Amino acid sequence: MGKLSIEDLRRIKEREMARMSLREGDHRAKITVHMGTCGIASGARKILEAFLEAVQASGTTEVLITQSGCAGLCNREPMATVEIRGEAPVKYVDLDPDKARRIFQEHVMGGKVVEDYALGRGSETTAG
Amino acid sequence: MEDLSLHILDVAENSLRAGARWIRISIREVLEQDLLELTIEDDGKGMPPDLVRKVLDPFTTTKEDRRIGLGLPLLADAAREAGGEVTVESKPDKGTRIRATFRHGHIDRKPLGDVASTVVSLLVACPDLELEFEHRRGEEAFRFDTREVRREIHPIPVNHPEVLHWIRSTIRGGLSRIGAVDKETTHGGGSREG
Repeated sequence: MGKLSIEDLRRIKEREMARMSLREGDHRAKITVHMGTCGIASGARKILEAFLEAVQASGTTEVLITQSGCAGLCNREPMATVEIRGEAPVKYVDLDPDKARRIFQEHVMGGKVVEDYALGRGSETTAG
Repeated sequence: MEDLSLHILDVAENSLRAGARWIRISIREVLEQDLLELTIEDDGKGMPPDLVRKVLDPFTTTKEDRRIGLGLPLLADAAREAGGEVTVESKPDKGTRIRATFRHGHIDRKPLGDVASTVVSLLVACPDLELEFEHRRGEEAFRFDTREVRREIHPIPVNHPEVLHWIRSTIRGGLSRIGAVDKETTHGGGSREG
């Protein structure tokens, strides 16, 4: 990776200003990586980086990546939540960077939930 | 936690949850004193003295104080294992300063890890954050300030993927120029995770 300069930053601005004027409104999809102590200790930062790289490689401007705290399921970390506008959010558990890349391709870009990694609906029971 | 950059991320996440708009992360290596020092300061809501006293003890943390959690006790352990300690200074409504010291050459001192990735993660969490980062190693220093980046790219947000990529590369480049990267640290790309 070569050395980047302030000039590179200015070029990014020029290019992205032109693109920004082409789009209006909110993001089509939001990816939230859970980064409490439990998440960070089990590798959440690498999941975040994998999503950031995937967004950058795809060139999309419609996906927002953000993070939140502990989701209360510390033993299933790293976790991420994918929200496509107009659809129910899906929580993904026990992630690694390869799984994150697959979720980005198939769910965020392709619109199809990756059931293999999704937290099963109804699995959060409170029965003892 | 695998390395110190993850501890830094974890402690700085506390700052964000405490409403910080400004965070300063400094790393200082003083080889002739066998010292590695991390300082994380913020302008968040701070803590009253009774909470500061118990913040390093995982078993006195109450539910209301849950934003403290296990993060600081884990950092204190990491410091103790490497012949150092953690000190916490905090004033309500002013902010908090966490300082962790390590014996630089101690066999149990965790590697520094990928600090650039930690900075990027914090900016993803809070794109409006004013984040100062400084790494001093002997006479050499690398400094980074989001305010300088923002001045150049406004109105493009700091959390734009291309801008984050620039920030990550700039910090990695700067740190490797001053020789601040541990030998055992690998950067990016890999999917190795403990």
